[in-house]
Amino acid sequence: MNHSILEVKNIVKKYGAKTALNNVSLAIPKGSVFGLLGPNGAGKTSLIRIINQITFPDSGEIFLDGEKLQPHHVRYIGYMPEERGLYKTMKVGEQALYLAQLKGISKQEAKKQLDYWFEKFEITDWWNKKIHELSKGMAQKIQFIVTVLHQPKLLIFDEPFSGFDPVNANIIKDEILELKNQGATVIFSTHRMESVEEMCDEIALIHKSEKLLDGTLVDIKKQFRSNTFDVGIIASNPQELMSNLKEKYKLNRTAFKSLDDELQFSAVLGNHSSNELLQDLLSHGQITHFAEKIPSVNEIFIKTVKG
Amino acid sequence: MNILSLIIKREFISKVRNKSFIVMTFVSPLIFVAVAVLIAYLSSMKSEIKHIGIHDESALFISEFKSNESYKYHDVSVISPEILKDSISQKNYEGILFIPNKENIKDYEKSIEYVSESSPSLAFIATMESALSDKLTRQNLSAKGMDTLILDQSKIDVTMHLTKASGEETVKGLNEMKVIIGSVFGYLIMMFIIIYGNMVMRSVIEEKTTRIIEIIVSSIKPIQLMMGKIIGTTFAGILQFVIWAVVGVFLLIIANVVFGLNTSSPTTEMAMETAKFADVKVYFDEFLKLPLLSMVLYFLIYFIGGYFLYSSLYAAIGAAVDNETDTQQFMFPVIMPLMLGVYIGFFTVMNDPHGTVATIFSMIPFTSPIVMLMRIPFGVPFYQIVLSIFLLFATFIAIVWVASKIYRVGILMYGTKPTWKELLKWLRY
Repeated sequence: MNHSILEVKNIVKKYGAKTALNNVSLAIPKGSVFGLLGPNGAGKTSLIRIINQITFPDSGEIFLDGEKLQPHHVRYIGYMPEERGLYKTMKVGEQALYLAQLKGISKQEAKKQLDYWFEKFEITDWWNKKIHELSKGMAQKIQFIVTVLHQPKLLIFDEPFSGFDPVNANIIKDEILELKNQGATVIFSTHRMESVEEMCDEIALIHKSEKLLDGTLVDIKKQFRSNTFDVGIIASNPQELMSNLKEKYKLNRTAFKSLDDELQFSAVLGNHSSNELLQDLLSHGQITHFAEKIPSVNEIFIKTVKG
Repeated sequence: MNILSLIIKREFISKVRNKSFIVMTFVSPLIFVAVAVLIAYLSSMKSEIKHIGIHDESALFISEFKSNESYKYHDVSVISPEILKDSISQKNYEGILFIPNKENIKDYEKSIEYVSESSPSLAFIATMESALSDKLTRQNLSAKGMDTLILDQSKIDVTMHLTKASGEETVKGLNEMKVIIGSVFGYLIMMFIIIYGNMVMRSVIEEKTTRIIEIIVSSIKPIQLMMGKIIGTTFAGILQFVIWAVVGVFLLIIANVVFGLNTSSPTTEMAMETAKFADVKVYFDEFLKLPLLSMVLYFLIYFIGGYFLYSSLYAAIGAAVDNETDTQQFMFPVIMPLMLGVYIGFFTVMNDPHGTVATIFSMIPFTSPIVMLMRIPFGVPFYQIVLSIFLLFATFIAIVWVASKIYRVGILMYGTKPTWKELLKWLRY
């Protein structure tokens, strides 16, 4: 378990009569991008606030890098909340330095890092500007810098791309992946599946205060594979082909993009192998498409939440 | 500790740099001076002389009324009452006093009449009545064969000599001075609490509305932020008070130089000045005899206790709401004990500094900073002060604890306007 940067064990959190988290456990591997998924109100933000020690669990434990979570650990965590903001009337530079110092790093160190990021984003002339003088997109860049300024080992982004315009969202996405390459671990909390599919190595799904599934993206997809193949074939006798296949496989109508006007369907293999299916197809015409149907995170999400 | 000083520094700087703070600091002494000058000017203006006609058929009283700066009396006994009444409506006279001629002195009691357009002031009526009564009493005494001269000579004025049981001498007016000193202390505390408590509250609301609060509490404990905010604001407030004091002294010196030159030349005024100065010196000596050092010490203790108590409540209110307009329902219970303290101080302590009401309210922590400070110049038993301070600081710790709980939950709550019941529920989160 030493390769986990963060271990969440049996966390329970109640607000009055309402349970926000019910016995949730997670292990987040070092250097991964971890997607924390769940519908609105599932308990994601509650869990993130507990990891950030903003609120405290009723029971359960959290370990950061093998150590039980303590107040001084805030130094190693960078957090960008879903609802974000900065002091409107404080100068950008002073504000960033102040927030970094609250995290526990020295002013000199914070200054050095700030210069690095300001140069990287080419915004050195913003130092003495106030937030209310900046555009929303500019403020978002500052928000990101503030989150990563103290070089945290663990970065937590709650709905990171909400409110970002596509250009900025892309910049931030690249920076996050860059930080990951430098050794940081990233937790994403989101209900936007495209970004999960693109960036995450591991995911966990929380629904109605409970963790329903977790693991690597590949493992979870394997778990949800249905052994279904999409087939495209220009058949000489479609009726005969279909009735033959129906005896062995469960067939469904499907549609995928193609350049030919062919017969399209999906076949659930059951006990049979994909090679067997291929063989059954070969004699009936020209195969134009043959691919396993991989479940998308979105499908897994919906299936899990509904089931 | 390092973190706390960082927060205090930021709060202090952000307050001091604020435009409204700068304007407040430098404009309000000017407004104060302007108002003082205006009042002085208005009160120094001579009011118009009022002409009062005396229609005295008895010819007993006409010499009793001496004209002065405000009133000029005219003997109009020869003019007929009808014409006189007309002259009132023509504004020749402010009013006319009609005195009939009576055989029996007792008959005058109900028969003297004053006619005027507008109703006269209470002070005027009292002066007139006492002058008339005085004359009639003397008249009555002579009529009954008594020598009024002997009566005048045998009149004795008593001036009581005030001495405390401890043997210290004391002078008249000292109580008034004590009341003023106590009131100034109490009033200062109330003003400070209201002005800077509000500032704390607004600063909490600002952090909530800009949503920076979640980032900050992911780095530090909410109670650190709350205390840092309160202390930082206090320093800004003290700075403001110091500036006011310096500006005040400066203006006083200027006023002295400007107006002081006028009064120094005439010798008669000089004499009056020295007489006045002797008076002032007595008060000043008495002032110095008050336990000043301990009073300042108590002021600081009650100031810290009271201010922290209230500003943590203000911080909790700020955390509980989303915007300033929602604060109203919570403000009243906070302001009320403050006002109560000041009123009790002004009405009860002044009359009976060690009475039951004054004693009780100088124990209750929400009013004690004001009421006890007003009582202290009169000499309060030491055990009462100790008990009151103990209660204040015990409550202060309890309130800071409660406020920080509400604060901790409230700063992350949006979109709901909480009720009192919900606030209680937050304490258990």
